[in-house]
Amino acid sequence: MGQLSGPTDPTADAHWEHSHPRKGFFTDTSICIGCKACEVACKEWNHNPQDGNLELLGSSYDNTGALGASTWRHVAFIEQGQERIVEARESGRALVSLGMPRIGPPATASPAATDLAEAETTPPDTADFRWLMSSDVCKHCTHAGCLDVCPTGALFRTEFGTVVVQDDVCNGCGTCVAGCPFGVIERRADGSVKVATSRNDQHAKHPAVPNAGIAQKCTLCYDRLVADETPACAKACPTTSIKFGDHDDMVETARERVSSLHAQGLTEARLYGANENDGVGGTGSVFLLLDEPEVYGLPPDPRVPTADLPQMYRRAGMAVAGMAAAVAVAFLGGRA
Amino acid sequence: MTLSEFDSFRPSEPVRRRRREGKRGPGRRPANGDGSREMPMVPEQEFSSYYGRPVVKAAPWGNDVAAYLFLGGVAAGSALLGLGGQLSGRPTLRRNARLSALAAVSAGTVALVKDLGRPERFLHMLRTFKVTSPMSVGSWILSAFSAGAGVSAVAEIDRMSGSRLPLGPLRNVLRAVEGPAGFEAAVFAGPLAAYTAVLLGDTATPTWNAAHEELPFVFVSSAALASAGLAMVTTPVRETGPARKLAVLGVLGEVAAMKVMEQRMDPVAAEPLHQGKAGAMLKWSERLAVAGGLGTLLGGRHRGAAAVSGLALLTASALTRFGVFEAGLASARDPRYTIEPQKTRLAARRAAGITDDAITTGG
Ligand code: SF4
Ligand code: SF4
Ligand code: SF4
Repeated sequence: MGQLSGPTDPTADAHWEHSHPRKGFFTDTSICIGCKACEVACKEWNHNPQDGNLELLGSSYDNTGALGASTWRHVAFIEQGQERIVEARESGRALVSLGMPRIGPPATASPAATDLAEAETTPPDTADFRWLMSSDVCKHCTHAGCLDVCPTGALFRTEFGTVVVQDDVCNGCGTCVAGCPFGVIERRADGSVKVATSRNDQHAKHPAVPNAGIAQKCTLCYDRLVADETPACAKACPTTSIKFGDHDDMVETARERVSSLHAQGLTEARLYGANENDGVGGTGSVFLLLDEPEVYGLPPDPRVPTADLPQMYRRAGMAVAGMAAAVAVAFLGGRA
Repeated sequence: MTLSEFDSFRPSEPVRRRRREGKRGPGRRPANGDGSREMPMVPEQEFSSYYGRPVVKAAPWGNDVAAYLFLGGVAAGSALLGLGGQLSGRPTLRRNARLSALAAVSAGTVALVKDLGRPERFLHMLRTFKVTSPMSVGSWILSAFSAGAGVSAVAEIDRMSGSRLPLGPLRNVLRAVEGPAGFEAAVFAGPLAAYTAVLLGDTATPTWNAAHEELPFVFVSSAALASAGLAMVTTPVRETGPARKLAVLGVLGEVAAMKVMEQRMDPVAAEPLHQGKAGAMLKWSERLAVAGGLGTLLGGRHRGAAAVSGLALLTASALTRFGVFEAGLASARDPRYTIEPQKTRLAARRAAGITDDAITTGG
């Protein structure tokens, strides 16, 4: 077993004896147009059944809601006014001035080296309204809570450094669902989806829901990676908002992109998951966001729960000793 | 706007706040589907979240799992009392405690299996052993415990039936191993009572995770007072002296551990322990535990009072487990409990000069 937290190579930790590079995504939300091609491509490729009731959720153009057992890509839509844009720009600027230590070699000839104060700060788009669109996906964490707590070994680390469920092993205990700090993995319901009445006939023809009762999430298209193919979502994305490749290259691309946005005065741009010192050891799917993570429904400071597991076992050990002592006292301490 | 004769019945339209007026992004607001006023596409709210939707997912566990937390505790404590009875020559306490242990652990296991998404695959729990998974460690503890508890309880059943179980030559083996089996069950009893606390603590569910330091103490105390309570119900007072002491120690332990836990947790993450259904259950659990403890101290030597106190203790333990369980699920459903403690701890680390471990970076 490898380590429980901190920077590491997850593939080597899982004892893979080869040198496949770790694969990952860089989702650049600054160029996403919200077409949801990624959602559709993922559904189709992975034969994921319908999720929910085909309702309109009243949350801008997002009628998917959240990642889940049958939704492995989810495009978030956020509408914001001028003040929020200014706030986001400020919070982003604060991050830059924190002087986050860079990991790895600095991007060559980084435009961020130029003094931000002198940069052109006129935003290219309208200043008083914006639409944030972000295609969320499983983070394929370096330290994956879901994988750590899975009792059956159904979740495993692939040779590409990704995290995948083996649906013939999973017994649906649901521990992984609570173990994921990003709320990604979910146990699939039995498919008794309530569908709007007018769709009943159509629904009757749908195939039975596969893998009911089993935890499901993005596999980073494991079946496609094995065949040296790009994941369906990245392939379908018309804007290259979803980039797929070696994890190191993705982090590097992300850094370059955020630097160039900063140079344009768009200090609201920031990276999410590119820091291997964070609570999950860095994520395999890196994001460029234009506001605080919680605005997109992402946790602001996720921490893999297993990082504290040694301490929890220690405390449990003390509690066990206390219980044994209490019983001993009860029997040995004279008649009550 | 069209004018019709019904317009006078419409409620007056509230002034719609302009969206740019500094509200922080989208959020919840009661739906207003009656068409009486214009509905904004994107409602408003106080703190940033994605339309008030949860950030983490609640475990898909039903009340079966909460019941298991309780039954596992009862089984664990009973096995310890059984061993005590065995070693201190209290045959009725030994017999009743052993039977209670088997009954509770069997019912608990059934509840656990029932809660699986694919119950027919429950044996997959034992296809590997993973230290990083409290569920895996717990499954092995549960199996080991059940073996000992099963053998020692079957020996009691055989004795009660006047050696009528069709055991043949195995009877001698059973008699020989029942003592060691009772001992083996007791060895795994403590871990059985405590691992469920680690199982809940080792999740991203805000309230459970924030409680991970003290939850094991709460759970073993709860197990102790519940099993002692059960012994006081089932066994004549002549043999329950130790059980009464254990009950009082359990009550003291639980009340103290609960208080320390609530003190040390992030105040926001602790909120669900005081609110709604969970809050009510935990409040009553404390009251009943204290009442049961006092009843044990004052009237424990009277059969009737002992039984009533025992019932109070059992109920208190069940309420503790259901309360903690519910509080966790509630904390996962509201994004506030995930976002606010995380922002607080991130800001605290930054204030302390640690700026290199945030997931969000400027470059
Ligand atoms: S994001 Fe959640 S489901 Fe995905 S690898 Fe990390 S812990 Fe597992
Ligand atoms: S990598 Fe494959 S499984 Fe994952 S979100 Fe993209 S299309 Fe879906
Ligand atoms: S396919 Fe690309 S552009 Fe379209 S919604 Fe998905 S990420 Fe955005």
